[in-house]
Amino acid sequence: MIVDKKVVANIAELAQLEILPENMQEFVDSLTDVLNLVEEMQSVDTNGIEPMSNPLDGVQRLRSDTVTESDQRDYLQEVAPETANGLYLVPKVIE
Amino acid sequence: MHEQSISQMLDALDRKEYSCEELITHHVDRIHQLDEQLNTFITHTAEQAVTRARVLDTARAKGEAPPLAGIPIAHKDIFCTEGVKTSAGSHMLDNFTSPYDATVVEKLQAVGAISLGKTNMDEFAMGSSNENSYYGAVKNPWSETAVPGGSSGGSAAAVAARLCAAATGTDTGGSIRQPASMCGITGLKPTYGRVSRWGMIAYASSLDQAGTLTRSAEDAAILLNVMAGYDPKDSTSLFMDVPDYTQALNKPIDGLRIGVCQEYFGQGLDPDIESGIQLALKMFESAGAVISDVTIPASQHAIPAYYVIAPAEASANLSRYDGVRFGYRCESPADLADLYQRSRNEGFGTEVKQRIMVGSFALSAGYYDAYYRKAQQIRRLIKDDFLAAFKKVDLIIGPTTPTPAFKIGEKSEDQISMYLQDIYTITSNLAGLPAGSFPVGFSQGLPFGVQIIGNYLDEARILNLAHRLQLETDWHKMSPEEFS
Amino acid sequence: MPRADWEVVIGLEIHVQLLTQSKIFSGASTRFGADPNTQACAIDLGLPGVLPVVNEEVYKRAVTFGLGVGANINTRSVFDRKNYFYPDLPKGYQITQLSDPIVEGGEVEIPLADATKIIRITRAHLEEDAGKSLHEDFHGQTGIDLNRAGIPLLEIVSEPDMRSSAEAVAYAKYIHQLVTYLKVSDGEMSQGSLRCDANVSIRQFGDNELGTRTETKNVNSFRFLERAIEYEIERQIGVLESGGTVNQQTLLFDPDRGETRPMRSKETSRDYRYFPEPDLLPVEIDQAFIEAIRQNMPELAPQKARRFAEEYQLSDEDARSLSADSHLADYYEKVVGVGKDSKLAANWVRVELLGQLNRKNIDISETPVDAKELGYLIARIKDGSISGKIAKTVFEALWEGEAESAESFIEANGLVQVSDSSELQPLIDSIIQNNPKQVEQFKAGKTKLMDFFVGQVMKETQGKANPKQVNELLNKKLG
Repeated sequence: MIVDKKVVANIAELAQLEILPENMQEFVDSLTDVLNLVEEMQSVDTNGIEPMSNPLDGVQRLRSDTVTESDQRDYLQEVAPETANGLYLVPKVIE
Repeated sequence: MHEQSISQMLDALDRKEYSCEELITHHVDRIHQLDEQLNTFITHTAEQAVTRARVLDTARAKGEAPPLAGIPIAHKDIFCTEGVKTSAGSHMLDNFTSPYDATVVEKLQAVGAISLGKTNMDEFAMGSSNENSYYGAVKNPWSETAVPGGSSGGSAAAVAARLCAAATGTDTGGSIRQPASMCGITGLKPTYGRVSRWGMIAYASSLDQAGTLTRSAEDAAILLNVMAGYDPKDSTSLFMDVPDYTQALNKPIDGLRIGVCQEYFGQGLDPDIESGIQLALKMFESAGAVISDVTIPASQHAIPAYYVIAPAEASANLSRYDGVRFGYRCESPADLADLYQRSRNEGFGTEVKQRIMVGSFALSAGYYDAYYRKAQQIRRLIKDDFLAAFKKVDLIIGPTTPTPAFKIGEKSEDQISMYLQDIYTITSNLAGLPAGSFPVGFSQGLPFGVQIIGNYLDEARILNLAHRLQLETDWHKMSPEEFS
Repeated sequence: MPRADWEVVIGLEIHVQLLTQSKIFSGASTRFGADPNTQACAIDLGLPGVLPVVNEEVYKRAVTFGLGVGANINTRSVFDRKNYFYPDLPKGYQITQLSDPIVEGGEVEIPLADATKIIRITRAHLEEDAGKSLHEDFHGQTGIDLNRAGIPLLEIVSEPDMRSSAEAVAYAKYIHQLVTYLKVSDGEMSQGSLRCDANVSIRQFGDNELGTRTETKNVNSFRFLERAIEYEIERQIGVLESGGTVNQQTLLFDPDRGETRPMRSKETSRDYRYFPEPDLLPVEIDQAFIEAIRQNMPELAPQKARRFAEEYQLSDEDARSLSADSHLADYYEKVVGVGKDSKLAANWVRVELLGQLNRKNIDISETPVDAKELGYLIARIKDGSISGKIAKTVFEALWEGEAESAESFIEANGLVQVSDSSELQPLIDSIIQNNPKQVEQFKAGKTKLMDFFVGQVMKETQGKANPKQVNELLNKKLG
């Protein structure tokens, strides 16, 4: 698996992380190192083994359909960077 | 008073030897005097603590005090605390005051424990040395040039320095046990799902678990009684009764079957640690325990599996940090992409960004099967190996860390070397098994612990063995001179 | 002139908002129309440390739908994370179901102009809706409302079985009707309860391979759906006929321009990095759960049509027409309940009532003549106290709001038919007596004159004589 700047740039796009040119090599190196570390997994025979998402293989408990939350907009928006008329503001999104 | 155990404190409070207010003020003063050099706290809540202490004193006088009224604790800054800054050790949440309490916080408050503040940690729980914090490194109370371990470094150091009686922590790959070992205290990670994750800022959802940093197994049991239990707000929490963990502490251990994991005693293990553990094993044996060898063959693949699964889950869990509804937002974003990319680049530290990258890669098209899916398969193999071992033994013993606390800066440039610190601890996270670390010796002035791993929901037995160890030894009572 | 051997292949993905009180993963309200962000709790906002919990009602709705289309219900279903960044997606991922959806397979029979067609369903899965972006009024900024974030959706995916915009619209309408009927959704399209994504591709007739398809997203009216598909068909044929290739694209329909255009965000190049949702466990439902829902299912239109035909002795056409809309069907059955004549009721509902509804372009739910009144009218026709003609007058009066009730109107205007032969007989006798010429002509063979005599009786009685009785009595008298 070749990790180069292009790969890193693509992943950075998926993860919406800005990578400055001066830091690019650092990211290439660290991704390379980790991929090398985990490469040895490929030598394990996992044929027929069910992937494990939850350690205890449990089953979801369902909750009843009741409204339990009330309007807490003002309180929850105290931590918001920018709002207006109760809306969260972001730079204009053009569709 | 700061050397006392929780039971001793409760006893003293009952006998009116001192009041809650005195107990709390004493610790607040200590923090004030001593924490500057250690940097264990990010946020102090001294005022609120003293106010609460007064309220509890009044309640005590009326005979209405809750069971742990007045006990000074601290919360790892990964737990949401209502009205109090909750940073997860990150610039990203430096401006975040949580609007709600984590279940763990609520439960401890309800029994009267009083939080003195939020402790320092590796950013978003990603780290093994507490050097990845936006708020600076934490120093090990045993040596100012040594790391306390991580990611719950602040909690571990605060407890070791007797700045609080106990602290909460979280453990995803060893983040409670490893700092407990390096700071010479008791750290417990319960079975996955035993303690609610509601309000616990997520790193790797299927691995994260809240636990305790205390000075004894007994204290851990007392706190676990409070913290454990089903929470309907956490779908992964176990719908099962909680036993009284203090009940079985004193059980004699003869006939207890202890497994020693072959894979853990190979290369790279500090010889002092090895002999320390062997000594403990001899002690157990003479008390009647039966020692045998066990093997967890798949554990050799644990590091790769962990360093795929944890970053993968983290990469998704950290997507919510985008500068829109809370947290850090970059200056004058030019457009939406700029808002996201710059806020996240400026808000997150390097280690966090690198893990997000690894995680996103492992889940990306074409790589999912080879990386994420493969790692989840290996995870099942590890669990199966443990289950097979637990047919033969009741508990598994081994080292917690390969070395005692290393120097600050020693591994911070060597990412992989840092990752390998987790080699003994991550298997229990991958399998979801309970495990703890308990002080068992010193190596060149620095403490280390023995790790005890139990079967699912067998915390009582782990604490039982640890308690027996702590009845026979004094390692857990030792504190650095400066902080005694 | 486009070549005639192009075949259009259409598949629809329909997002239906499920009818629940609270959201799929949180206890916030799903009520439409609230002020921005007043129904967005900590979980919906994706605050640090929050966790989702599954609403059991969404499973009931999803299973109801699955049973309604004869699909396979997966007793074990799993939630997955679909990762992408967008301001209306607070967590930066949507919780959905990829590999183990709740419903798989199924089919529906849709009515077309002069036939029906089977459209197969691939799957239906549960997921959470995203919030809304408001682009106006914010000086270079967009406002985000997260009330809608977390509303439960059922995404219904069809096989690419449709071959024209008409079929696609018929299918979409059928699904809309079905989910409303089953109370799976409230079906309020103006509120965004049902949105369609149309996948359109073109190929040559006889070709087994599918052409490259485009996806036109978030169409929320049937008219727009039709226009969007028509536009795409034309556009794609144009591209292919001029030797080009169709690019796989995600499009939006611009109703003002009547065109589709590509979405600005690089949707088609998105890698969603799906993986199982670690904060939720697999959901397992048992047969008892499914059976309980099956027992409580409302009668579906095809079943109802069969029942109407049998129980009410209606023609297949009448039965189908009266059972298609659940409100109309309920109305009809109420009318029968009061009027006691199913065939008469069928006629009145189909002709008189529907006629008026269509003329005024209003829905059955807005009818000014309620079922009880119409039923009463029918009962009065049946017992002979009013004629069909009088009944129409009363009906119109009720429709226009000039009558408080049928009974009071009939009473007030003395509209009760005269059926009493003791009353009619002397009148008939006198008319026969006063029209000897016509009587003679009638007896000579001009039987059409019966109308004349009846007419005379009607005139004398201001239309209140019971025409049947009059006919009978006249016939008796005249031989």
